[in-house]
Amino acid sequence: MALLEINNLRTYFDTLRGPVKAVDDVSFQVEKGESMGLAGESGCGKTTVALSILRLLPSNGKTIGGEVLFNGENLLGLDDAAIREKVRWKGISLVFQGAMNALNPVYKVKEQIYEAIKLHEPDLGKQEAFERVRKLFEMVGLEPARVENYPHEFSGGMKQRAVIAMALACNPELVIADEPATALDVIVQAQVLKLIRALKEKLRLSMILITHDLSIIAETCDKVAIMYAGKIVEYGDIQTIFHEPLHPYAQGLIQAFPNINAPKQSMISLPGFPPDLLSPPSGCRFRPRCSYAMQICKEREPEVLTLGKELHRVACHLVAKT
Amino acid sequence: MQETMIRVTDLKKWFPVRMGFLGTLLSKEQLFVHAVDGVDFEIRKGEVYGLVGESGSGKTTTGRMLVRLIEPSYGKITYHEQDITTTPEKGLRPLRRKMQMIFQDPYDSLNPRMTAANIISEPLESLGVAEGQELEERVRKILEDVELTPPEEFMLRLPHELSGGQRQRVATARALVVNPEFVVADEPVSMLDVSIRAEVLNLMLHLMEKYDVTFLYITHDLALARHICNRIGVMYLGKMMERADADDLIKEPMHPYTKALIAAVPVPDPSSRRTEVVIKGEIPSPVAPPPGCRFHTRCPEYLGDICKTKEPSVVEVGPRHFVACHLHSKH
Repeated sequence: MALLEINNLRTYFDTLRGPVKAVDDVSFQVEKGESMGLAGESGCGKTTVALSILRLLPSNGKTIGGEVLFNGENLLGLDDAAIREKVRWKGISLVFQGAMNALNPVYKVKEQIYEAIKLHEPDLGKQEAFERVRKLFEMVGLEPARVENYPHEFSGGMKQRAVIAMALACNPELVIADEPATALDVIVQAQVLKLIRALKEKLRLSMILITHDLSIIAETCDKVAIMYAGKIVEYGDIQTIFHEPLHPYAQGLIQAFPNINAPKQSMISLPGFPPDLLSPPSGCRFRPRCSYAMQICKEREPEVLTLGKELHRVACHLVAKT
Repeated sequence: MQETMIRVTDLKKWFPVRMGFLGTLLSKEQLFVHAVDGVDFEIRKGEVYGLVGESGSGKTTTGRMLVRLIEPSYGKITYHEQDITTTPEKGLRPLRRKMQMIFQDPYDSLNPRMTAANIISEPLESLGVAEGQELEERVRKILEDVELTPPEEFMLRLPHELSGGQRQRVATARALVVNPEFVVADEPVSMLDVSIRAEVLNLMLHLMEKYDVTFLYITHDLALARHICNRIGVMYLGKMMERADADDLIKEPMHPYTKALIAAVPVPDPSSRRTEVVIKGEIPSPVAPPPGCRFHTRCPEYLGDICKTKEPSVVEVGPRHFVACHLHSKH
């Protein structure tokens, strides 16, 4: 049994102009000790997937279908108290996007991490909890004495490490990291990615890494799901997807990232821009930008095909035809 | 290759740190942010020059000084052998036609109350390049050039009616409409979505070539710079650490900082993954930069006292390949 299994998840947002289908029939699994990358451009629904898993959607968002099985239990069926006590921080923790601003500026960092620990282990004494915070700091490569600092005394990279320490405070089985290295400088970003890889090995953590940057996924993940306009267009083992992507969008996205080791070449571009999710195009949502579009792409939404090994899935009429 | 268009010599920009009333009263020493602290380089006509560095390296300040949007504190900038470092504002007007800038954030750099046509025609009017019929003709032409077609459809749009990519096309049109010779672009695509980036960037590069514009491209993304630039200069804490032809710089980096930067760039290929050489720490404060070599506090090839006390001079280690590092200056 997979640690996390998501089947046919649908999350819609109510807006004045009608429902936005932010996540539409998304399925994937994360095994124990595995890290999965969830890639896509802004507005493709990748953050909404994370918020749906932890039931943190804003008030106009609603998960209207599908299941989120965590250790076999459907999180969508739990009430708020159960989610708070059993799942958040302890089972699944989230490293928020823009972690640099996720810390409260008026509390010491240790108090903020302590808050999460206290909620789940009320019996633990305050001093013991602080001791754990110091240990966590050491684990993420921060000096333990710095727990006494306020967030403004930290640099960007240090804040990011502190937020990662917080996510690990209650020994979660799964960590979801939303753009964990995005606003950081190249060298600090490399340091954080190295830390994430080291923690994954050491703690046998399962991870979902959400990012628009495929090169970050190539550096840290075992498999990858590529989302476009609320749907997963291709999903599979990282080697397969990067070396033999089948979906035209996946191919385009991978080529859009310059490789510093490759010989000089002109950048390959994808024409057009992502659709408005209030009224997505009929059939395949990528059709208006796809250079291989056929008549059928307009008429019917492509089914998700499983190829060869069970892991590789793709939703494209082009692949169905051959 | 061609003649030198822009030559920068020992250029510096120090911003005073605000001291506050009490600080002034107690006559504490005035502190400065050493944003750019003595850089030399030259840009040849027709090339795409990449200025690369982390945030706080001074790359943006340098770019803005070249087009005189920021007054240099010290040093010299020449444009076609003409010294423009201290040209008064009035004398700059003819230069403004020759030098233009594209800013990073297309959501910030376009006036939300002006239509695309007004945004693009403003430089033509204020620099007295064209008026009336000709002005409209030029606006139309440049909109076609940046592929906002048909122009009628876009001329009356306000920035909020345009997507990010379209806005950056308007910004490109505004810069190119006066037929400049030199354009500085400061991270022009970093705010755009990945799949749109390449398209906008390719268009910019195509137009720069078509109109024979020399292009200074400021970016933190070394992988991108490697693919679009002819030459790259790497900055760190207000200093130019290394500059060379793009291929040389990537294939044979000489400065430990350049090497670290290259190693840190994530590679979009899972087979060659996991670059392990990562330097420690973060970029120090530019208010009190480290003495000697700016990079010595983090350098993996630290030589000892000399790095701490003596600032390395710039050495030419190969054809058009310059490095400021004691590793290369001692012999």
